[in-house]
Amino acid sequence: MAEGLSFAHLRIDRHGAPMLSLDARVAPGEVLTVMGPSGSGKSTLLSAIIGTLAPGFTLSGQITLDGTEITLLPPERRRVGILFQDELLFPHLSVGGNLGFGLPPRLRGKARRARIDAALRDIGLEGFAARDPATLSGGQKARVALMRMLLAEPRALLLDEPFSRLDAARRDQIRSLVFERARAQGLPVLLVTHDPEDAEAAGGRVITLG
Amino acid sequence: MALSLTRAAPALTLLALLGPVAAGLAGTLAPALGLMPALGGTGLSLDPFRELFDWPGLPRAVILSLFTGLAATLISLTLTLLICAGWQGTQAFAALERVLSPLLSVPHAAAAFGLAFLIAPSGWVARLIALPLGWERPPDLLILQDPFGLSLIAGLVVKEMPFLLLMSLAALPALRPAQSVATAQALGYGRVTAWAKVLLPRLYAQIRLPVYAVLAFSISVVDVAMILGPGTPPPLAVQVLKWMNDPDLALRFRASAGALMLLALTVGALLLWRGGEIATARLSARWLVAGGRGHGERVLRGLGLGLGALSAAAVLLGLVGLAVWSFAGLWRFPELLPQGWTLRSWMRHGPELLALFGRTLLIAAAVSGIAMALTTACLEAEQRHGLRPGARALWLLYLPLLVPQIAFLPGLQIAALLTGLDGTLGAVIAVHVVFVLPYAFLSLSDPYRALDPRFAAVSHALGRGPGATFWRLRLPMLLRPWLAAAAVSAAVSVGQYLPTLLIGGGRVPTLTTEALALASGGDRRVIGVTALAQTAAAFLPFGLALLIPALAWRNRRGMRHG
Repeated sequence: MAEGLSFAHLRIDRHGAPMLSLDARVAPGEVLTVMGPSGSGKSTLLSAIIGTLAPGFTLSGQITLDGTEITLLPPERRRVGILFQDELLFPHLSVGGNLGFGLPPRLRGKARRARIDAALRDIGLEGFAARDPATLSGGQKARVALMRMLLAEPRALLLDEPFSRLDAARRDQIRSLVFERARAQGLPVLLVTHDPEDAEAAGGRVITLG
Repeated sequence: MALSLTRAAPALTLLALLGPVAAGLAGTLAPALGLMPALGGTGLSLDPFRELFDWPGLPRAVILSLFTGLAATLISLTLTLLICAGWQGTQAFAALERVLSPLLSVPHAAAAFGLAFLIAPSGWVARLIALPLGWERPPDLLILQDPFGLSLIAGLVVKEMPFLLLMSLAALPALRPAQSVATAQALGYGRVTAWAKVLLPRLYAQIRLPVYAVLAFSISVVDVAMILGPGTPPPLAVQVLKWMNDPDLALRFRASAGALMLLALTVGALLLWRGGEIATARLSARWLVAGGRGHGERVLRGLGLGLGALSAAAVLLGLVGLAVWSFAGLWRFPELLPQGWTLRSWMRHGPELLALFGRTLLIAAAVSGIAMALTTACLEAEQRHGLRPGARALWLLYLPLLVPQIAFLPGLQIAALLTGLDGTLGAVIAVHVVFVLPYAFLSLSDPYRALDPRFAAVSHALGRGPGATFWRLRLPMLLRPWLAAAAVSAAVSVGQYLPTLLIGGGRVPTLTTEALALASGGDRRVIGVTALAQTAAAFLPFGLALLIPALAWRNRRGMRHG
């Protein structure tokens, strides 16, 4: 069976009117960039893949992840990770709590804490577990959001313009961190952006919608 | 299981809201048409209405109800709009908002007693005048319970204006008021005129239902009218209650007919108001675009702030007056303060009040818990299944606030009698839920819907299902507005008079029924003690709603303005 993220005759209609269609496969470690003006349905495509399509939209065709069709699975069982433009760290949890929210429950007690500490060390935030996420810098938040997603062991990663909020210097740094990690874990990545620089840095195929 | 529960929540909630209203109206209609087998009414007849029309006080009672209701609503609305138009976005407005928001939770009865203590012939206002003029006796004026219902109107305005103001404040941000007004001001319009021309037409559409609720409430109010309204005859709602409570059970027929008449008056007043809305819209259509930039702005702004502050001061000073009376020893006219202070009133009534306080809060906690559970389940159903109520559902939600309590509670009381549930704590709690649910829903729905849906998307992408997303994300993130809504619900329950009295059958006394029972007695010290205890019971949940999130999120900067 085909590894990676595949779209077979995927079509999304809005109130019966065709909005977008897509036929593509993203191999593990590959980045597919989707570009297009606002309103062309980029975000709708991502909602369809993670399973949070708003009422009024209808979806036909299949989305397959590592050979399993996920089109009809509830969002929490799809194992598709997503990073948004905002980090969306949960404001009521500590930094460590946010990572713990992503970590599957099979690790418990000490091992769980150790895994969280290791993850923090991994992104250069050693000792940040008890910190309030609201006190972090933009770059630090972005790293925590990425690590939270990776700890949940997704099998694909979607990026919804995740670098557009960062200043120029940090943008390069976070961008290469994200792509590097995704490649290392063999994740198929779908990047939605309207920044040509993002597409260039991703280095993969580019599809333009609308 | 959990899935099907949230799916069923909207239907269950509507049933809890509308079931009692429908059953109550039916139970009121039957005796009004002569049907009440228990009292020998076995055949359809119009005698109850004939008796009602034979009552000589009827015309006056009807006119009083309509006049006080319409006047109180018109004044409250005008004042609200003047304050918003003149001051929204300023520091004075923020200050007024901070004062008025807690006033919303002061029970109607306590506010009315406080106002009575201020404006009575022997009250503080009269004493302030009497002292320099050397009067030795209170003026012989019928200020309280005046025949025109003016003090009743004042008592309604000081409570309804904060309500309309807060409803306006909730609706305003979506209209982006700062930009709209600034644009109009850049075109040369004065501040008040700019607000009235660019925001008011849109805002009114948003606060129409709350305004209708104020109108319906004011026409049919019982507790405030018993304290501040005229006595012979009283407004129709008070008279209906008198007939209901009369030892002569035959008067129940006339009471039911009166209750239906009040319902008709309320519907008529709402239609009249709607006509007024249409006429105003027609007449102002040209004015809106005629280009007038406005004049007399300063006067209007001054009037808005002055009257708003006066209204707030009336309630606050009223509460202070209650406190002073509750600790007063001997207090002669026209002294401004008592000659001596004493704990005697508190000591004498303390133990009994403590029991009432406990029961009042127990009911409030149960009611608030049920209302919040139903509301949260409905809003969660919206999130999970897209079961979003339309504009019509909002009308249904407001129905218990639009149908006068006195029009369907008598019927519900009969239903409670027939099922043997009357006089039980459970029945009182159930009937409170009907009146509390709309407030719970109105308080929680905006913050619930405003939470960024991408948080849930992230949670799902992290492998967490709807249950974990609700318990571990949405609920804790909404802790502050959730507790605030629970506190509003509890405060509304604390203030309920008529449902507690009628469904409790006098066997479930609360601070509110106790305070009203004292109204005719006129012992100011006991009234002071009781009304203060009632206010405290309404405030306590708000204190907790402020304290708990402050403690829970003391180390979370992102949760401070949740």
